[in-house]
Amino acid sequence: MNLGTIMRTGLVAAGLLASAATGALAQGAPPIKVGILHSLSGTMAISETTLKDVMLMLIEEQNKKGGVLGRKLEPVVVDPASNWPLFAEKARELLQKDKVAAVFGCWTSVSRKSVLPVFEELNGILFYPVQYEGEESSRNVFYTGAAPNQQAIPAVDYLMANEKVQRWVLAGTDYVYPRTTNKILEAYLKSKGVAQEDILINYTPFGHSDWQSIVADIKKFGSAGKKTAVVSTINGDANVPFYKELGNQGIKAKDIPVVAFSVGEEELAGIDTKPLVGHLAAWNYFQSVKNPTNEAFIKTWQTFTKNPKRVTNDPMEAHVIGFNMWIEAVKKAGTTDSDAVIDAMIGVSVPNLTGGYSAMLPNHHITKPVLIGEIQGNGQFDVVSQTNGLVLGDEWSDYLPDSKDLISDWRKPMNCGNFNVATGKCGGKGK
Amino acid sequence: MFLFRSLAVLFSALASLTIAVAALAADLQSLVTNLTAGSFGDRETAIGALASSGDARAAPILEALGAGQLYVRTSDKLVVIGKPSGNQLTLTEAVSGAAAGAATESELERVRVNNRLRGIIEAAVGSLTLMSPDARVRRGAADSLFKRPEPAALGPLDAAIAGEKDARVKQAFTEARAAVVLASDATAQQKIDAIGIVRDRGDREALSVLQGAANNAKEPEVKAAALAAAETVRQTLAAWEAAQNVWYGISLGSVLLLAAIGLAITFGTMGVINMAHGEMVMLGAYTTFVVQEIIRTSAPHLFDASLLIALPLAFLVAGGVGILIERGIIRFLYGRPLDTLLATWGLSLVLQQAVRSIFGSSNREVGAPSWMSGAFQVGQINVTYGRLWIVIFALIVFASLILLLRKTSLGLYMRAVTQNRPMASAVGIRTPRVDALTFGLGSGIAGLAGVALSQIDNVSPNLGQGYIIDSFMVVVFGGVGNLFGTLIGALTLGVVNKFLEPYAGAVLGKILVLVFIILFIQRRPRGLFALKGRSVE
Repeated sequence: MNLGTIMRTGLVAAGLLASAATGALAQGAPPIKVGILHSLSGTMAISETTLKDVMLMLIEEQNKKGGVLGRKLEPVVVDPASNWPLFAEKARELLQKDKVAAVFGCWTSVSRKSVLPVFEELNGILFYPVQYEGEESSRNVFYTGAAPNQQAIPAVDYLMANEKVQRWVLAGTDYVYPRTTNKILEAYLKSKGVAQEDILINYTPFGHSDWQSIVADIKKFGSAGKKTAVVSTINGDANVPFYKELGNQGIKAKDIPVVAFSVGEEELAGIDTKPLVGHLAAWNYFQSVKNPTNEAFIKTWQTFTKNPKRVTNDPMEAHVIGFNMWIEAVKKAGTTDSDAVIDAMIGVSVPNLTGGYSAMLPNHHITKPVLIGEIQGNGQFDVVSQTNGLVLGDEWSDYLPDSKDLISDWRKPMNCGNFNVATGKCGGKGK
Repeated sequence: MFLFRSLAVLFSALASLTIAVAALAADLQSLVTNLTAGSFGDRETAIGALASSGDARAAPILEALGAGQLYVRTSDKLVVIGKPSGNQLTLTEAVSGAAAGAATESELERVRVNNRLRGIIEAAVGSLTLMSPDARVRRGAADSLFKRPEPAALGPLDAAIAGEKDARVKQAFTEARAAVVLASDATAQQKIDAIGIVRDRGDREALSVLQGAANNAKEPEVKAAALAAAETVRQTLAAWEAAQNVWYGISLGSVLLLAAIGLAITFGTMGVINMAHGEMVMLGAYTTFVVQEIIRTSAPHLFDASLLIALPLAFLVAGGVGILIERGIIRFLYGRPLDTLLATWGLSLVLQQAVRSIFGSSNREVGAPSWMSGAFQVGQINVTYGRLWIVIFALIVFASLILLLRKTSLGLYMRAVTQNRPMASAVGIRTPRVDALTFGLGSGIAGLAGVALSQIDNVSPNLGQGYIIDSFMVVVFGGVGNLFGTLIGALTLGVVNKFLEPYAGAVLGKILVLVFIILFIQRRPRGLFALKGRSVE
């Protein structure tokens, strides 16, 4: 076989493949629609727009590989405009009018609570990519973000063990996620023997910008001769003036470290991080994690957004995992039908970006490693601690009296989101 | 012969000296290499070993490690200190201090530290730099020892106190020594003396040391003395705290004043309910961002002047947009407050989305010039330069506005038109022109506010939304149409808010202020300083 023949054969093969691919499309297999429900305007646009872009990128990449089940994927983007009731309307529109096979969306817990009844009524599938407060399990929702035991509790453990923290400030924005997380943390700290007077809880409104007196308060609380740390569930924009004020008032990470659950690479992009070096964040993914999968992902993302400095963050990783799991489940089920896919999802395991595998558990939460990172001067995080192995997402916290007896298992025959092991019945407190 | 012998002696002495030097260097070399290997725990031991070597070269190496500037070069495993210059790092050999060229971050492996290690390094550097020739370094060393007292530092501290000539540094050393004594196993009497010294220092750190001493004290008399001293310090601090709240209140008030003062013109004197006022503030902030971006790329040495350059530009941009809005929309809606409200609300959404499309939805970083960063102490109050400048700036803007309205012909026309439009028109004032200029002035001032707010808040498309409600509250509370009312209103609300916050929390504090204003408006519908006379009707 000379060179010419090889080339000719290659060309023929390529032509055949191409015609096969177009043939499949031409034979009328309509594209599979995928809904993207993220705010593109309003207060949450800052965080959610990025997730929309990630989804578009993932869908494009999947289509390059030929889609799934021989059909292309088609994104349907809607803008719920940071308006919680509008989330429900848009979800209904996606499920009823566009007949999407799955929806990737929501950021705040209140938006998730708003769409939940719609997904349950119309039997849709929602992938929710953000760390949240737990105390929920729905058959129609897959929670790819961290449950409290995959973020908050390991972070507190780290501070106790490595920095010998004895006094705790729980500072948060005033809504459901910080309030529930702080309730869990308070119960957890007390179970570890921390006295009531060593815990200070403080809530601020969304977008709070004048932090002078609160930071002064934290300073005052910290001068009791015991090592003090701040556990921050402050969300969104308010973080920037908060960290600025910490720097202004000279609170260094080595005096009073702040560990945050909602501050990632994206949020730090708007701040000069030099005064913040050493403050911490707990996530399941950091851009600075070094492994080939992550490096490839960062490269694809920066090419897709045409911005070589564009950062990646944890909720993006959650969407990557969720999307790949959904693809696997659809392949396994051989259809995009909700019931079949929901059943096929459990047990699916895909690579995560930190160099391991994440698997979908029967409670619709996933397994994740927990990473603690310290902020660096360049806006990235240095991983200072990582859990041994993966942590299983626990939807019903063991530290709250209302939920410690509840478990969730969506496999048959149990098929229940809040099974009470004490009474042996499905249905307990919470939703 | 004699010569020969003495030469031999000299040579052997030299040789042994070089060997000794080499041994020392090798010793330091291995100590430094130990720093770069193993886990955080191993690193902690290595830091201790390096610090106790007493080598003068250890201090800069440890400082570099603490600052995250200690690297291992991947190619030859050389430990180097890297200082950023441009896109590269300029390297010096850690042990010898010789220059070692330059490299990019990817060719180096940074020696990582965590918070705990940073604290340990600071204490170690503290005891190594007690004898530094620079008085500021010595004070810094004393302060870090005060915060992290190490019993081992007692000896060096005593030596340092004996040799110290600068009275302030000596004082700092004495206080650090007292903290060290409290952390050591000295006698009860020594500890009680130390408690007295720490008490006289009287700040938050002193309170922290005293509380720690009280928690750890074994002897009951030491515990009692520490508790009593802590109580004294706490009482002094409580008095300072009240003063601090007043300052925070003034600072918050000045921000409210800046945000509201433009509205006091457009809403207060013209009667236009301008919901897009916040967006004018946002435009000012984005102008600052653009100015800084241009300066960063083309004239970095001008960075400290960036805000001064941004001020007139922000005024022109926001003022120009204001005039466009007035000519394009609002002039058709005079006398129809509801329509104005809706139109300007819609406009605010349009402006937000426009900015979001141009600049993206994420926050933009506006840097602080060097004269606005940092803080200084007044007694126990921490005053940041940024906040101080904003208070001063707000007062300057306020004073200039008053002068403009009282002393210039434009100001005279404005007052004439707002007080009696037909009469002003009759005497030959071009009222539409004055309307446009007044609205432009109000918007322009909002733009100036944006420059100041870019220093303390997020520069995002939503920047203005956070201030619109507060601005209306200030103007209505102060008295519509009265600029002095706006000043007093802003400062009152600021101070009240800051005194409520520690007791009621930020959320409840805001609600209480709102309730207070509603009740107040019931009693005095025209606000604090009501305009009197016919112009009101």
